[in-house]
Amino acid sequence: MTIVLHELRRNRIAWIVWTAIIAGMLAVCILIFPQMKDQMAQMNDMMAQMGSLADAYSMDRLNLGNLLDYFGIECGQMLGLGGALFAAITGIQSLAKEEKEHTAEFLLTHPISRTKVVAQKLIALMIQVIVLNLCVWGATGLTTILIGERMDFGTFAVLMLAYLLLQVEVAAVTFGISAFLKRNGMGIGLGLAIVFYFLDLIANMVDQAKFLKYFTPFSYVNGADIIESGCMTVKYVIPGLVLIALGIFGAFWKYTRKDIS
Amino acid sequence: MPRTADAGCQLQAQNAETADTGCGNGFAYGSDPWYNKIRLKYGQTAVCRRQKGTGMKAIHTEKLTKSYGRARGIIDVSLDVEEGDFFGFIGPNGAGKSTTIRTLLGLIAPTGGKAEVLGRDVTRQKTELLREIGYLPSEAAFYNGMRVKDILAFSADLRKTDCTETARELCERLELDRNRRVNELSLGNRKKAGIVCAMQHKPKLYILDEPTSGLDPLIQREFYSVLQERNEEGATVFLSSHILSEIGRYCKHAAIIREGRLLVSDTVENLGHTGVKRVVLRGVDRLPQLTDATRIKQEGELTTFLYNGKSDTLVRELSGYSFDDISITDPDLEEVFMHYYAQEKED
Repeated sequence: MTIVLHELRRNRIAWIVWTAIIAGMLAVCILIFPQMKDQMAQMNDMMAQMGSLADAYSMDRLNLGNLLDYFGIECGQMLGLGGALFAAITGIQSLAKEEKEHTAEFLLTHPISRTKVVAQKLIALMIQVIVLNLCVWGATGLTTILIGERMDFGTFAVLMLAYLLLQVEVAAVTFGISAFLKRNGMGIGLGLAIVFYFLDLIANMVDQAKFLKYFTPFSYVNGADIIESGCMTVKYVIPGLVLIALGIFGAFWKYTRKDIS
Repeated sequence: MPRTADAGCQLQAQNAETADTGCGNGFAYGSDPWYNKIRLKYGQTAVCRRQKGTGMKAIHTEKLTKSYGRARGIIDVSLDVEEGDFFGFIGPNGAGKSTTIRTLLGLIAPTGGKAEVLGRDVTRQKTELLREIGYLPSEAAFYNGMRVKDILAFSADLRKTDCTETARELCERLELDRNRRVNELSLGNRKKAGIVCAMQHKPKLYILDEPTSGLDPLIQREFYSVLQERNEEGATVFLSSHILSEIGRYCKHAAIIREGRLLVSDTVENLGHTGVKRVVLRGVDRLPQLTDATRIKQEGELTTFLYNGKSDTLVRELSGYSFDDISITDPDLEEVFMHYYAQEKED
């Protein structure tokens, strides 16, 4: 557990800042919902006519006058992208920063196997992602109660779990890449998260590009799909689970046989 | 399976010592009193190592090779360091000292040959052997923002031990402020933090990569006195350096590495007694033309050269010259080093 605690301590500032910003922005969005509610209802028609841009965010299929629907879209922007960026930055740095900052030599000459180093770093990464999400859930729940609204708990839970799975996937994939890097991979991490995001936007807008949904975790966090069906789209979740497994396996495979220079 | 039997025996011996003294430090450094004590206490089984004459080597490599594609690493390095030794590993920058050390620590995997440290294979039993090693990298880097004492505590935690007392004592002796943040430390102070990290858990084997670079002379002397104390307690010291006077002063054995190959490994004394003599002549009438003389230099009145032949021949040959004064000495380590290097270059 020594490395888990060490990792959490080392990343605490970024972790707290990202959590506070994402949870805070979601809370603000919910707090302003009562004022937006009436206008939103009027905006629905306009939105539906916005064509492919509305398609991109699935705005054509949701009723923005309803808190859960409104939340489904705001969530998509903030928790989805924000959480994915945090997961990507943290994941890509996890193993690579030891070599970049030349601390790998220090860490790996202690009597701890590389498998344990990777396992503990992975645990620390997932703890950060999960705690960030717990804080978001708490902030969302509290503000919903504050404004006196209600959301269907089942659908809300599925939506939130989908976002958690998205972040776990981004974290696992970037963690796997991290094991192969010798220097800071911040660009790769951020780039990957943004590419995932845009793949989903493109797939939503262009029918011929629909197959892209299999390659991005944002496909199974589509607010409209989840709110309409009450569950995640299994055919998009499966490639996600495969990527998570590949990322984790890749990290262990590479890091246990890597030359540290 | 003699190896397994041997290993079993070592394990027993280790347990015996730990039980006896309450600390792992006195274990098996090959001293007679130790064997006798164990034999008295545990009978014949513990002595089998001695009977076989297979005293455990602290470091044993056979044709150890690491190649990085086109770049040279190390080639066929066969090295033996006895337990309890104070061993110097000499070579210029880029000769392969750090590559050898990193291979011994399992940071990089060898591409050929094998390496054992304290009787354990460096690739398969890495974690166990790292428990017994204190390693000081040539450029110690720590986690920015952490204080020296936190780094030391983190290192001890990773070793699942409490070394607070030893750490405090070492910091005092080396004059290191434990409350400073590591990123604010000067090169020398960072080195000291690295030294305390390598020594606080009192390992059986110290692997030190250029330990004194950046340290002022007083701290260097204190560092070596701590190291010598640990060596006298039975620990093995393996240090790399290109400061030859240091190796000459403190080490019992030394090896010279050049361009990835081990040139020679011997006692420091023998390295100095290579049969080569350093001859200094004052006021010689003409430049001596001797068959076995190399590196002839003339500076003012003094003519120096290395003589690689029989001493009586030297005296006979010199009788043909006229000079005011003569001294014939063993060359110091630096000259031996230069001698090996010059030889290699000629080859």
